[in-house]
Amino acid sequence: MAVPSADDLCQRLATDLEAAFADLVKEHEDLVFGVALRVVGDAASAQDVAQEAFVRGYRALRRYPSERIRELRLRPWLARIALNQARNQLRANRHMSSLDDLTVHPVAGDAGPQSIAERNDQARMWARLLDGLPGRYRLAVAMRHVEGLSYAEIAEALDRPLGSIKSDVHRGVALLRAAYDAEQRAVASQEAS
Amino acid sequence: MNMHLDPRIADDRLVSRGLHSLRRPAPATLLGDVLDRIGLVDAYVEVPGPIGPLFVAYGRRGISLVERATDAGDFEQAFRDTFGRPVRRVERAPQLIERVIEKRVWGRGGQLKKVPLELDQLPEFDREVLRKTLEIPRGEVRPYAWVAAEIGRPLAVRAVGNALARNPIPFVVPCHRVVRSDGRIGQYGAGGPDAKRAVLEAEGLDTSELEQLPAAGVRFIGSDTTGIYCYPSCHNTRRISERHRVALRSADDARQAGFRACRVCRPVDAPFRAA
Repeated sequence: MAVPSADDLCQRLATDLEAAFADLVKEHEDLVFGVALRVVGDAASAQDVAQEAFVRGYRALRRYPSERIRELRLRPWLARIALNQARNQLRANRHMSSLDDLTVHPVAGDAGPQSIAERNDQARMWARLLDGLPGRYRLAVAMRHVEGLSYAEIAEALDRPLGSIKSDVHRGVALLRAAYDAEQRAVASQEAS
Repeated sequence: MNMHLDPRIADDRLVSRGLHSLRRPAPATLLGDVLDRIGLVDAYVEVPGPIGPLFVAYGRRGISLVERATDAGDFEQAFRDTFGRPVRRVERAPQLIERVIEKRVWGRGGQLKKVPLELDQLPEFDREVLRKTLEIPRGEVRPYAWVAAEIGRPLAVRAVGNALARNPIPFVVPCHRVVRSDGRIGQYGAGGPDAKRAVLEAEGLDTSELEQLPAAGVRFIGSDTTGIYCYPSCHNTRRISERHRVALRSADDARQAGFRACRVCRPVDAPFRAA
């Protein structure tokens, strides 16, 4: 079966929301969950947030006229709902973020326990470095490089100018690069002494 | 090789690869939870059936999958394979679904305006075959050739058989009421010919009579008082008293003898009749 294009999904949502909604969830659940996880920090809360975000999305789609649904850009639209929902959740209940939730996950098609452990080490380090970024850069960098949204999609989701998103992502990545280099130097000098 | 002894200058690609490794898939239960919250989740019930209990799944469009109840896990997997979404077991179906089951499986209760079925996943031809099969009254049978003729594809007899063999909604869509023109009972997806015979017997049909008539060369029954001929199981045939019954070998023979076809069962000859 051919993978339906995004436009096709919008078309189907506009003509028969109930029939097409499961496909919307299937296609975008990783993104919605990922964005939620970046903000709330733990998998259980992120799952609640993602669930709530899809329920809100569904209710919104029921209100929208079909022309509006046809023209929706689903990824930024859903990312935005997920962000709002995650921020509500954070305000309601300040969660401790658990580093494990952000990093440890089975990696499909991997060679063996050795490389899974190595990857998790690496992932844990990147999660820590990302966490160390100033808040202003952290979300934009995560949406670009963890969730794979385009600059335009991030600008739309965060309702900010494209130029400032680009510069935030570039600054954030530069800071990460510097932090990574510093960490590698620290490890090397530790091992040398 | 120990990369820690060899500090590298990170480039942007290294950063983006590292960050990409933080991607996590959504939990497997998210889809079901969401559909449940907004009332779009499909459900199934176990109900009694003519030859043992049935699992009946339904969604907002109507009944979507029926199987003889054996293993709940297998049924849930079959549902997921067919529709790509989860299904949940519930104690009782909504009233409309209960009424449909009552009427279609047991022949009880009032007429239904429309039988709500989810057939969207099927090819157009299969949908036509199943919709047509719904019209066959309880306790009666029609040949595959009749279904083919009724949907305007008189030569597609074998394709009708194949479509009925993969009927996802047996018992509700009575594929057991479609038999071979030569009197043999034909195949049955929900348990083979013996199960098919048992379901028909449960509807009050004498299947041995059903099989004997064509074996003796009789395909249709005419009435010498009305001049009308029918399929043997048509309810109009049952009203013909014994001394006015005329056994007929084919629709051609019937017409030549001056009979006209019943407007209720609309009998037809099979397109290629075996010699």
